[in-house]
Amino acid sequence: MRARSVRGGVALALATVLSITAAACSNPGSSDKGSASADSAVVGIAYEPDSLSPLLGYGKDGNSKIFDGLLALDGNMELKPALATALPDVADDGLTYTYKLRQGVKFSDGEPFGAKDVVFTYRTILDKKTNNPSRTELDAVKDVEAVGDDTVVFTLAYPYAPFARRTVLPIAPEHVAGRQDVNSGSFTTRPIGTGPYVLTKWSKGEKLSFRANPGYWGGAPKVKRFTMAIIKDDDVRATRLRSGDLDGAILPPNLAEGFEGGSGLSTYTAKTYDYRTVTLPTHNKVAGDRAVRRALDIAVDREAMVDAILNGAGKPAYGPVPTDSEWFAEGTERAHDLDAAKKFLDEAGWKPGKDGVRTKDGVRAAFPLWYLTGDKLRQEHALAYASDARKAGIDITTEAGTWEVIQPRMKQDAVLAGGGSPADPDFDQYTLLKSDLAGDGFNNMARYDNKAVDAAVEAGRRSGDPAARKAAYDTVQRELAKDPGYTFLTHIDHVYVVGSRFGALTTQVEPHDHGLASGPWWNVEKWTPEGADK
Amino acid sequence: MARMTARRALSAVPVLIAVTFGVFAVAAASPFDPVKAYAGTAGLTASQENLDQLRANLGVDQPLVTRWWDWLTSAVQGDLGDSTVMRMPVADVIGERLGWSLLLATCAFLVAILLGTALGVLAARRPGGALDRCVSSAAYTLEAAPAFWLGLLAIWFFALELDILPAGGLTDAASDTVTFGQVATHLVLPAAVLGISQLPWFFLYVRQGVTDALDEDPVRGARARGLRERTVLLGHALRSGMLPMLTLIGSRVPELITGALLVETVFSWPGIAAATVQAATSVDFSLLAALTVLATAAVLLGNLLSDLLYGLADPRVGFDG
Repeated sequence: MRARSVRGGVALALATVLSITAAACSNPGSSDKGSASADSAVVGIAYEPDSLSPLLGYGKDGNSKIFDGLLALDGNMELKPALATALPDVADDGLTYTYKLRQGVKFSDGEPFGAKDVVFTYRTILDKKTNNPSRTELDAVKDVEAVGDDTVVFTLAYPYAPFARRTVLPIAPEHVAGRQDVNSGSFTTRPIGTGPYVLTKWSKGEKLSFRANPGYWGGAPKVKRFTMAIIKDDDVRATRLRSGDLDGAILPPNLAEGFEGGSGLSTYTAKTYDYRTVTLPTHNKVAGDRAVRRALDIAVDREAMVDAILNGAGKPAYGPVPTDSEWFAEGTERAHDLDAAKKFLDEAGWKPGKDGVRTKDGVRAAFPLWYLTGDKLRQEHALAYASDARKAGIDITTEAGTWEVIQPRMKQDAVLAGGGSPADPDFDQYTLLKSDLAGDGFNNMARYDNKAVDAAVEAGRRSGDPAARKAAYDTVQRELAKDPGYTFLTHIDHVYVVGSRFGALTTQVEPHDHGLASGPWWNVEKWTPEGADK
Repeated sequence: MARMTARRALSAVPVLIAVTFGVFAVAAASPFDPVKAYAGTAGLTASQENLDQLRANLGVDQPLVTRWWDWLTSAVQGDLGDSTVMRMPVADVIGERLGWSLLLATCAFLVAILLGTALGVLAARRPGGALDRCVSSAAYTLEAAPAFWLGLLAIWFFALELDILPAGGLTDAASDTVTFGQVATHLVLPAAVLGISQLPWFFLYVRQGVTDALDEDPVRGARARGLRERTVLLGHALRSGMLPMLTLIGSRVPELITGALLVETVFSWPGIAAATVQAATSVDFSLLAALTVLATAAVLLGNLLSDLLYGLADPRVGFDG
C-alpha cells in the first residue's frame, strides 16, 4: 500500500511536472544508456572550479583538458611544448622570450588558433578590468606581441627565470571570448579551447561532462567520454565509488584504506608539494624570538603527525621543498629533540614558571594559533603542534576562524597555513619569504624578514643558470633552519582510488590545490582502457 | 476572491522591497568578504593591489544603500545583475536551476500530501487501532529525523544495499544529456526523502481533523441517515477534516524550501537551493537578493494559496474583505 502510493504519487507528479520542465532541458533523440561503457570514465572530485575561463584564472597551472597552454608539464614536471613547437628562445639578458607556434591547430569550434589568441589571452589577464585574482603571477610581463601569425614575443620587466613555467596557462580564443563580457559572459561557463576534451555540459554543483575532441592535434583520446562528478562530502564520494557510480575519486587516506585489496580498484598516492606550516609572526614578542622559533622547530614531532594525522600518507616537512625533491637541500632535516629545544629556551632566558609555562622579562611564552574553521586536517595539525609546544613550556592556544577573522590577526597571531607549488621553487618561496611583501594580502603572512633569504630568493628568480638557482634555494633552506620564520610540519600525499581497467596510471607531483587538474587523470587523454578501440 | 488576490499582491511589493534591503544590509554586516569569496584559493596568493582592484571591479567598495539602489533599479528594469559566485548573469543561474528545484519540491509535496492524507484518513477510521499506532509513532519519529539523515539512510539502503536506485545527481554520472527516464529514476530518492520528511505534519493534521469531524453532529447525522461508511468518511469527515491541512499547505512552504536545501546537497541535485547556500556564504549580493525575493514570493503565494483553498473548501470562511 505504502510503496504503491509512493510510486503512484511520484508517477503522477512526474507526468504532470516533468513534461513541463524537462521538455525545455532534454536533448531529444539522444540514446543514453547511462551505464559506464568501456571508453568512458567518471571520476569524483571534491572541488568545483568557479569559472572555466582561463582569463579568470582557470587552469593557470596547466592541465585544463579543454585548453592547451603554450607549454605543458609532463609526468616528471618537466616542460614540454604544447601550442608552441618548442621551448622558448630566451634572450641572453633573460628579458625576451620568443615562442614559435604550432600551425594547423583548431579550436573546437573549427576556427584556427593563431598568435592573436595568445596575445589576446595574456593582455586580457593583465587588464585591470578583468577579475583575475591570480594576475600577480604575471607581474614580470611588460608586454606581449605577435610577430606574424606564428611567433609570439614576451618582453619582461625584469629577468624572471621561471617565466616559461607560467606559460602553461591556457589560451582562449579571441573570436569568442573577445566578443563578450570577460567577467560574466557565456565563455566563463561554456568554454571553447584547443584541448583534448570538449566540454559538453557543466551542471554546476553536480558534474562537468567532457567528450573527446576528435580533431585534437595531439591525437584523439581513447577515453571518449570523461565526467568529473562534483561530490563535496568525502563519505558520499566513497559511497558512490563503492556503488559503482564512479570509476575513480580522490579520498582522504582513512577512507581510501577501505578500498585497498578491493576488486577492480587501484589506489594511487600522489607525491605533493602541499605543505602545512605554522606562521611565526615577527611582530609577536614570543613567536618573533629566534630562540623560541628554533625550539619549536625541534620540539614538534613531525613523524608522529604523519603517522597519526595522515595515516602515513605524507612526510615530515622542514621547509616549503619536500625532502624527496631535487630542490631539497640535503642536511637541513631537523630531528625531533625535546631536550635540545628546552636547552635553547633555557639559554635564551625563557625560564619555566609555576604552571610549567616559561617566561622572560615578564613576557609569558604564550600565543594563539588560528586554523581555518571546518578544516579537520588543519585542526589536527594545530592541536598536535600546541601539544608538542606545551611539552617544551610554550603555551599555544588553538582557535578556529574563517579567513575574515584570521586575516586582521595575522600580524600578531600564528596561523596554521597551507600551500605549495611544484612547478618552480620561486612560485612559493618568493611570496612566502620576501621581506618587502610582508603583510601584502596573504603574501609573507609571518612578515618574515631575513636579508640572506631576501637576497637568495631574488637571485633564484633572476638567474638563468640552474646551478646558481639550486645554490640560491639551498641557501634559503639553510637560513630557514637557522631562523625558522615558519614551523613546517608535513607534506601531504593526495590519495586516489581508480578502476584497474584503465591500466597502470601515473600521477604528477601535485600542488596545494588538487582534485581537478591533478590526480591520476592528469593525462586521461593518454589512457587506454580495457575494451576500448585501439 | 479576486479582490483578495489583488490586495495581497499589492501588499507584497513593499514586503519584497524591504526584504531585498534586509538581504543587502545583513550581507554587508556579515563578516564574510565578497572579494575573498570571489578570489577563492587564488586570493591566498594574490597581492593587496590585485585584491583592491577586484573590490573596485565587483563594485563592493560602494556604500550599502548605493549598491542596493543600483541593484533594485536595474532589477525592476529586468536586469538582475551578474552572480559573482557563478560567474554568469543571475537570470541564467535561476533559469538553469529553478525548474529542477520546482520539480523536486512539487513531487515531494505531492508525496507528502497524498500519502499523508490517505494514511491520515485510514488511521482516523480506527483511532488507537494497529495501523494508527504504527503510523502515528512512525510519524512522531520522522518529525524528529533531519532530512539529510533520512537522505543518507536512503542512499545507503536503496543505492548501496539493494542497488536499485541511483545515489545522486540529476542523471547518471556518465551521461551528459538529460533524458526523461534518467531524471525520473534519479528523482525518486530525493523526492521521496523530501516528501516523507514533510509527511508527518500532513498525516497528523488529517488524522486529528478527520477524527474530530467523525465526532461532529453532521457526520453523526449522516451516519444516522444510513449513508455508506465510505461516503461518510470521504464526503463528510474528510472535507471538514481537511480544513486545518489547507492552512498547513501554505505554512509548510518555507519548511519545504529549507528541507530541499539539505536534500539537494545530499543528492547533488542541481537545484536553486544549493546555489542559495553558495550565494550566502560568498556574499553574492545580486544572486542572494534575487533568490530571497523568490523565496519570499513563494511563502506569500503559499499563504495566499492556503487562504484561497480554505475559502473554497469552507464557504463559511469566505475571503477577507
